[in-house]
Amino acid sequence: MGVTAIRAEAAEAVAMPLVDRAEVAPGGLPGGGLAWADALRTNGLARFRALGVPSRKVESWKYTDVRKLAARDYAPAPAHVDGLSAVLRDEVEAAAAAEHSLVFVNGGLRRDLSKTGGLPNGATLESTGELLAAGDALLAEQLGRVGDADDQAFLSLNAALMRDGFVLRLAPDTVVEAPIRVAFLTDHADGPVATHPRNLVVVGDNAQATLVEIHRGLNGVEYFSNAVTEISVGAGARLHHYKLQDEGDAALHLANSPVRLGRDTTYDSFILSFGALMARNDIRAELAAPGIDCRLSGAYVARGRQHMDTTTAIDHAVPDCRSREVYAGVLDDQARGVFQGKIVVRRDAQRTDGHQLNRALLLSKGAEIDSKPELEIYADDVKCSHGATAGEIDADALFYLRARGIDADVARALLIEAFLMESLQEVQVEAVREEFAARLKARLALLRGDR
Amino acid sequence: MAAMDETTRQVEAVTTDRYKYGFVTDIEQDMAPKGLNEDIVRFISAKKDEPEWLLEWRLRAFRLWQQMPEPGWAKVAFPPIDYQDSYYYAAPKQGDKPKSLDEVDPELLATYEKLGIPLREQEMLAGVAVDAVFDSVSVATTFKKKLEEVGVIFCPISEAVRSHPELVRKYLGSVVPYSDNKHATLNSAVFTDGSFVYVPPGVRCPMELSTYFRINAENTGQFERTLIIADKGSYVSYLEGCTAPMRDENQLHAAVVELVALDDAEIKYSTVQNWYPGDAEGVGGIYNFVTKRAACRGRNSKVSWTQVETGSAITWKYPSCILQGDNSVGEFYSVAITNNRQQADTGTKMIHIGKNTKSRIISKGISAGRSDNTYRGLVRILPGAEGARNYTQCDSLLIGDKCGAHTVPYIESRNSTAQVEHEATTSRVSEDQLFYCRQRGIGEEEALALIVNGFCREVLQVLPMEFAVEAQKLVGISLEGSVG
Repeated sequence: MGVTAIRAEAAEAVAMPLVDRAEVAPGGLPGGGLAWADALRTNGLARFRALGVPSRKVESWKYTDVRKLAARDYAPAPAHVDGLSAVLRDEVEAAAAAEHSLVFVNGGLRRDLSKTGGLPNGATLESTGELLAAGDALLAEQLGRVGDADDQAFLSLNAALMRDGFVLRLAPDTVVEAPIRVAFLTDHADGPVATHPRNLVVVGDNAQATLVEIHRGLNGVEYFSNAVTEISVGAGARLHHYKLQDEGDAALHLANSPVRLGRDTTYDSFILSFGALMARNDIRAELAAPGIDCRLSGAYVARGRQHMDTTTAIDHAVPDCRSREVYAGVLDDQARGVFQGKIVVRRDAQRTDGHQLNRALLLSKGAEIDSKPELEIYADDVKCSHGATAGEIDADALFYLRARGIDADVARALLIEAFLMESLQEVQVEAVREEFAARLKARLALLRGDR
Repeated sequence: MAAMDETTRQVEAVTTDRYKYGFVTDIEQDMAPKGLNEDIVRFISAKKDEPEWLLEWRLRAFRLWQQMPEPGWAKVAFPPIDYQDSYYYAAPKQGDKPKSLDEVDPELLATYEKLGIPLREQEMLAGVAVDAVFDSVSVATTFKKKLEEVGVIFCPISEAVRSHPELVRKYLGSVVPYSDNKHATLNSAVFTDGSFVYVPPGVRCPMELSTYFRINAENTGQFERTLIIADKGSYVSYLEGCTAPMRDENQLHAAVVELVALDDAEIKYSTVQNWYPGDAEGVGGIYNFVTKRAACRGRNSKVSWTQVETGSAITWKYPSCILQGDNSVGEFYSVAITNNRQQADTGTKMIHIGKNTKSRIISKGISAGRSDNTYRGLVRILPGAEGARNYTQCDSLLIGDKCGAHTVPYIESRNSTAQVEHEATTSRVSEDQLFYCRQRGIGEEEALALIVNGFCREVLQVLPMEFAVEAQKLVGISLEGSVG
């Protein structure tokens, strides 16, 4: 079957208010009138129109049918100037407690809630919208430098409709000790709204930083968060990148992260996912210089009718790189988990070491897990492996605990927690690991409350 | 590294153009005209003296086939097939069917002897009956009497259509429907022959049943159709093996194998596939597009697929099990070796429907030369499959830095009580292992064959004795001239 045929079919299958909205929008968007930005938007729109909302016939969307949620008529989220629902205030407080932070509400930056003054020389944390409006010259060189594959229509849509987001730049040798925190909050809105956060992280040679992204929204609000975070890490640099996805229970959260890594870099990503009705994290890492250590990991808890998709692709294009992936998920009720992990080892990418593990715990009869760990290998001196497991709580372990007088509910809870905590060990930064662990425990308590 | 490079060079010097079974036997053929249309389908059906319902079934398949797209998802590349440029029926001219081996065309017998299947000696060999398919028609069947005594039916499927129409009609297409996929649909329209096996209730088939396939006539596609039914409480072990003569033109081979296991029945199906793989530059060779599927319909039924795939330019093959009956078991043991420009995309599907169904997948892929070797598999646990269990292990071995080894498993679980485990590894033959062997005076090629045989051991050891020896040799032969 030709790719063209797939596209045509996919494009016709869904009425696309998303596109119609995009048609009328461009003029008033930040950066309007800048030739490069206009071109980025126009190309993005044309490409999204050509590709359409992916149907399940597109291989990487085989298990995630986004069409229904993408067909809602999302209006651009209105600017949010003050006031905030009580639920979201915790996040604002957490941002205030952090040394460096940006807070976006309904897609737009809230300077009043952000804190960027304490950054060391060489480090900047800015707003994509403001940089676009100011015609930042560097941005023209740095933004939109990533390729988009045929199955990444939403990346193109983001290019067409982006308004704001964060831009983190670290000059060579800059070290930011404290975690940099960026929160994307979605508050009340009339009718479905969409935001298209566009983020950029450029880490210079030998620089180091820890970035924490928080995505959180109100339950019951229909919204679409279509984020793109472009990451490029220079030689010898180190970036810890952690994300909490705790969107509202009616949200559609799609996140694309193209990652380019330089020689001898360490990139370590962890995504903790609880929220959204449907969420997909798509990370594509290009290992184009030797000596890279790339780690992509995550944990998720899904219940009700939640759908959580993790899609990763690691491209070992040169010799002597390491990649490691550890994902673990717990699925309750009718929740569905999807894991698609591809490791490509190109010809001549000798001495590649690639390891991937994906585990799912199914707590109820209606839950479902679909895994597709994939290896595509063209070099012979490599060590690559993947493992995938799915099943319920180990009966022997449960018995062991009960035999010691621990009641069934507590024993189950302990085992579920232990199952997820194991993957959380992948988080290298202790403060973040502790925060995520606490959030995970709170979420699991909620799960237990359901039972 | 140096030793490895040297070995690679040395063995590359010895190319695989010495394909052992590359010869063409000159026998007059009874052929249908070139091309494919409804008349050809009718011609085949008339030649086979088939009942009306079967002709209708073929025609339905043919009409559907014309509208079907080629499956494009496998990781194989080849120019579009010109279906009109082939002959769809060819039978050795023999007049009346021979009553004993003495009446069989001596040239044909000589061919088999070159292939290492001395038919005359088969009767004396321990318990192997051979239903030899030469091109499209079965020419000799042995051990029939012995099988008849216990009630096992083992005959060409064209004969079964006439002698046991009720069985054929009931089961043909019941596992692989004629609408299944482009290749299987083509087979349904134009299949010429193949084997039919029925094992009655409670019978343990007294011998291994075996069929050797061979492609011979130029431009003759092969469309075998195999149907095996193991009735309640029965057991049968079936061996399939094939070699093909050397030729430059690509040949299409689209076979269909259907297995049905009823309550407490067990079928063991073993294959050694050694079709002509094309030369070192990828010229010629067989397109092996096979649909093999088993239905474990009964409680406690079991089907075990074992395959050793060393031949063909392109292998597209996914022997599968539909585990319908409670407690049924499906197994898939596979060794796939690709060399030079060969492409193999093979694996299995295990569909768990019944309670406590179990499946086990052991796949060993070895790629050498400039070949591509893909494991593609599906494990699907449906909501009703309480207590289902799957274990999958896919290991790939790369020999040389110009080949590819790929693993594409799909794992879908919709039952929380099911346990699914999947493991895959990719590695190469280690210098240490090679050095160890060479240090003890074992030549490099021999050492490699030894190491690779060790890598495949889990699969080779489940082959029936008759095949195990041949398969081990085949592993060595396939790696000659490209392994380092």
